[in-house]
Amino acid sequence: MNMLTEAGVEQQLADQGNTPAIKMRGKGVTVHYGDKQALFGVDLDVPEKQVTALIGPSGCGKSTFLRCLNRMNDTIPICRVGGDITLDGEDIYDPKIDVVELRARVGMVFQKPNPFPKSIYENIAYGPRIHGLTKNKAELDAVVESSLRKAALWDEVKDRLQEPGTGLSGGQQQRLCIARAIAVSPEVILMDEPCSALDPIATAKVEELIDELRQNYTIVIVTHSMQQAARVSQRTAMFHLGYLVEEGATDKMFTNPDDKRTQDYITGRFG
Amino acid sequence: MTDTTLSTGPASPDSLHTGDAAKARLRARYAAEARFKWLGAGAVALAGFFLLLLLSTIVTKALPAFHQNYVALEVDLSADKIDPADPGAANFLGLVHDGMAGEFPQVSGRQERRLLRGLVSTGAGVMLREAIEADPTMLGGTRRIAVPLDDFADLYLKGLLAKSGPSCRIAGVTVSGAGDEVAVGFPDDAILAMARGAGAVDGEDGGLRLTSGSQSLLLEIAGGTLKITELSTGEAGGAIGKATVLEPLASASDMPDDAMLRTIETAEANRKITDREIVWLDRLAGAGKIENRWNTLFFFTGASREPELAGIWGAVVGSALTMVVTLALSFPIGVAAAIYLEEFATKNRLTNLIEVNINNLAAVPSIVFGLLGLAVFLNWFSLPRSAPLVGGMVLALMTLPTIIIAARAALRAVPPSIREAALGIGASKVQTVFHHVLPLAMPGIMTGTIIGMAQALGETAPLLMIGMVAFIVDIPGGFTDAATVLPVQIFMWADFPEPAFQQKTSAAILILLGFLVIMNAIAVVLRKRFERRW
Repeated sequence: MNMLTEAGVEQQLADQGNTPAIKMRGKGVTVHYGDKQALFGVDLDVPEKQVTALIGPSGCGKSTFLRCLNRMNDTIPICRVGGDITLDGEDIYDPKIDVVELRARVGMVFQKPNPFPKSIYENIAYGPRIHGLTKNKAELDAVVESSLRKAALWDEVKDRLQEPGTGLSGGQQQRLCIARAIAVSPEVILMDEPCSALDPIATAKVEELIDELRQNYTIVIVTHSMQQAARVSQRTAMFHLGYLVEEGATDKMFTNPDDKRTQDYITGRFG
Repeated sequence: MTDTTLSTGPASPDSLHTGDAAKARLRARYAAEARFKWLGAGAVALAGFFLLLLLSTIVTKALPAFHQNYVALEVDLSADKIDPADPGAANFLGLVHDGMAGEFPQVSGRQERRLLRGLVSTGAGVMLREAIEADPTMLGGTRRIAVPLDDFADLYLKGLLAKSGPSCRIAGVTVSGAGDEVAVGFPDDAILAMARGAGAVDGEDGGLRLTSGSQSLLLEIAGGTLKITELSTGEAGGAIGKATVLEPLASASDMPDDAMLRTIETAEANRKITDREIVWLDRLAGAGKIENRWNTLFFFTGASREPELAGIWGAVVGSALTMVVTLALSFPIGVAAAIYLEEFATKNRLTNLIEVNINNLAAVPSIVFGLLGLAVFLNWFSLPRSAPLVGGMVLALMTLPTIIIAARAALRAVPPSIREAALGIGASKVQTVFHHVLPLAMPGIMTGTIIGMAQALGETAPLLMIGMVAFIVDIPGGFTDAATVLPVQIFMWADFPEPAFQQKTSAAILILLGFLVIMNAIAVVLRKRFERRW
């Protein structure tokens, strides 16, 4: 049965006309917070260079799943993760895996913009510097500029790189955080409700940015906004009460979902 | 019309939010607020008043200690007094005493001479020797040299030992007789009433006797000074009496003369200075030989049993050395412990136990830390007694809980989003803590450190246990020299019986407060530099 489902997913992907490789794959992922179980055997594949949206009502476990993908849950002492999660076929919970290296490959953008209380330049330069990605100041400057350009923030901040990052507006701060994540050249970028603290105009800019970033990065985004999921994602996964209800191509999920719960949630009957 | 009024006018009196009951509730609420505001303002005002009272008391008591009276004497430093080949062998204090005797050539008799010598500080000889060592060209001739007065003489000149009463001029006073006791005659008997007012007692022969328990009546006449001891009614409405000669009269004649009558309101028995000394000191002051100088001795010398020689510098240096040790030990250890407990340690029974015990340690009486220092550092490790090194170690133990608790609170106050941000781009745990969390927690950690250090600076009890209460004259030169600290010095001076130490104690408290203010100012400046705009 399981095999069949997997084959089905790949078949579906093939049907879309492109056959992206699976970048990350979760199999039977369970998460416990102490005695409370938050995820019940979630199987989800993340295709490369596509945007995968995780939707579902509050407390359904979508953020928990997202945080499993770069082991941010390790920072919570009572949290236990079970099942397999692979990145390019490698088990990321393998004791041999270095979590610092993993997080350099799988970057993260958080719900609330959280720039360091340092200058804009330092915010971007911090990651490349600790990973030793650049050899000299000129290279570092180039990385900062290209990251800010990719995050569509360069033109707004190029004259005030030494000003504190916390002085920017909310939307600019979130794009700064995205630029910061990009600066370490990750393969996957995880975004945990990146627009929930932003106004519609800033949200539009970030969504536009996500669409562009898809060219180079695999993106997993948690969102509460159905419209956002529909706008930016190619694949959507619906979570409910710790279970993965349904996942598939976004177009199909929003027009013809298989599960009634998905339909009810998308049409606003609950959640 | 009526309908309109009803619909737009005030609501009915029994409405839930506008009725009389509601208005009463609102009034009660405002009254409670006003009451609280006044109580709060009152508390602040009361605290401010007491602080002001405390400070003004200390300052007014301390001010006299910042000056010291010196007497300028002609001291013979010629070759027959001091051998130029070996100046150190001379009796310098004797030379100073000779100079003093030179001011009062009329003083004779062992007891009086000793009294006169006692007016200059016993440290004058040492100071003269040091002055000559510093400048040998002083030798060979008579020099005018200022030496500090003894503490009682100094206190009298500052007006703190005896209270002077009014003085008045009396015409036609006669003096007859010679020697130590003379007879005096007054043209009228007003003096009798004055003597009675001064506390004279009735003698057996119907006269008045001025004892050491009554005020002193001093008669300045013909260049000398007499102290009236007995008075009785004389002929023709006058008064006669007997007097002791404190200072010989220049011209002993029976001719009536103008006299100046002074009263010293504090009875001789109740003060530490005799009438004779008062007369000498007033004579020196009148001749302009007394210099009131800024008390450099107090600021730049070590402790002494002699109040006029006792200084605070030894204790200041001792405190500074001790604080250096305390800070060097407690700050890194405390911050490291806080970082480990807050950021790295897993939360389990052991860490809970440690946390509870750290909190308990903060409440342990400081003398217990002193006992620990005595038992462990002195007896077991055999570290030097009375040393700033050991004092600093004991105080560091005492300060550690304060710093750890404050540092943990400061680390906890750093928003978790900063940690997530750093971890999310692949910073390691240590990089996250040292690059992002610690700098943001630094202002809070500094505040805790200031509090801990201020506590340590004012601590006396634990230092008593490790021998820092010893009487140490030398200024400590290092961490292992015997030393004392400011609060212990204050404690010792407060205990000394000499009245001059009262002012020294208050002055030392001011120095301690100044030390504290400087230390806190440095910490505040450092904190400001660490603070980042959020």
